[in-house]
Amino acid sequence: MLDFAIIGGGPAGLTAGLYATRGGLNNVVMFEKGMPGGQITQSSEIENYPGQLDVVTGMELMEKWPEQCKRFGLKHTMNEVEKITKNGDIFNLILGTGETIEAKSVLIATGSVPKPANINGEQKFFGKGVSTCATCDGFFYRGKDVAVIGGGDTAVEEAIFLANICKTVYIVHRRDEFRASPHEVEKLNKTKNIIQILNHTSEEIVGDDSGVTGLVVKSKITNEIKTLDVHGVFVFVGRNVLNQTLVQNDGSFLCDVNSSGEVIVDLNMKTSVPGLFAAGDIRINAPKQVVCAAGDGATAGIGAIAYLQ
Amino acid sequence: MGKYIELSSENFEATVNEGVSLVDFWAPWCGPCRMIAPVIEELANDFDGKANICKVNTDEQQELASKFGVRSIPTILLMKDGKVVETMIGAASKQAFADKLNSLL
Repeated sequence: MLDFAIIGGGPAGLTAGLYATRGGLNNVVMFEKGMPGGQITQSSEIENYPGQLDVVTGMELMEKWPEQCKRFGLKHTMNEVEKITKNGDIFNLILGTGETIEAKSVLIATGSVPKPANINGEQKFFGKGVSTCATCDGFFYRGKDVAVIGGGDTAVEEAIFLANICKTVYIVHRRDEFRASPHEVEKLNKTKNIIQILNHTSEEIVGDDSGVTGLVVKSKITNEIKTLDVHGVFVFVGRNVLNQTLVQNDGSFLCDVNSSGEVIVDLNMKTSVPGLFAAGDIRINAPKQVVCAAGDGATAGIGAIAYLQ
Repeated sequence: MGKYIELSSENFEATVNEGVSLVDFWAPWCGPCRMIAPVIEELANDFDGKANICKVNTDEQQELASKFGVRSIPTILLMKDGKVVETMIGAASKQAFADKLNSLL
């Protein structure tokens, strides 16, 4: 039986593992389907992680985290947890292999996945011009024209990243101004090969056998429709939480969640179920920052120790 | 210990021509590719002698990437006797890859 099972290996899961093992828990296992690091490893630049003076990529930022946790005894398995149930005081983790593992306490830190723009052609051309990872796929569009959909920090940052590789980057946003931080917007304004298309909705992604050939946009002011001739469309319109592991056989959730499926926690990262904690992007009011996810993880790790005592 | 096969335009056809193959198109700068790297290594071990577990570095093998229309990484091709049977885009669990391989064997 595990003392503490951690589901997810991003900044929240890793930090929880670090605090729990360093704090004295022995049998702590982190379930992450591959190399730990989380969604931040797709980010092209981090310049707001405290103490990190040099601008680094997400992959660079996360490089040493797993090793640090391992030193204190955190174990990592690539088995995927499909479902968490609770029977009395004991949690059961049902794995993709069909195996069931018991745990005394559990942290759910599965994070989130990119939200689709929900427009025609998006699914059809996913991987054939439609992407949600600029650092992964920007390379395929060297010297070509691409579009970015979205207006938040991620959309603006990744548009700037793509501008270094691509000929022209269109950034299409439905509002009249970007939600991204003023610092990022200033950088965006200074980047010559980015064309800002504000007050426009993205209507459809079009293409042929070779993949994407264009993005159809519509002006919210004049209703004028035009097609941007692009080979790639990068979608950054927010994220959906990954909470499927909490869904029970009857369709209900193991613990209380809000209408967006985000797990309701208190300031100690406790959920409505004793012994079950949630941390990082999956929780309510998550600021979706590495430093916050790590902070949540530390809180949950400390909480798990207290719960088990 | 099984080891994955590093593919280039030179050895691609000869390697995947016979039997079941999993081909992982990746690049060093790609977070999700790095994430599944240990999964690919374990699969190479588990399917040693049963299937060809292969990797293509798209940075070095751009011709191969474009031949298979790879525009997103990781892209994982499941092949049988040289023909692409299924294309998976993005990171997935070891179990998901193993199930696909087993269904082709």
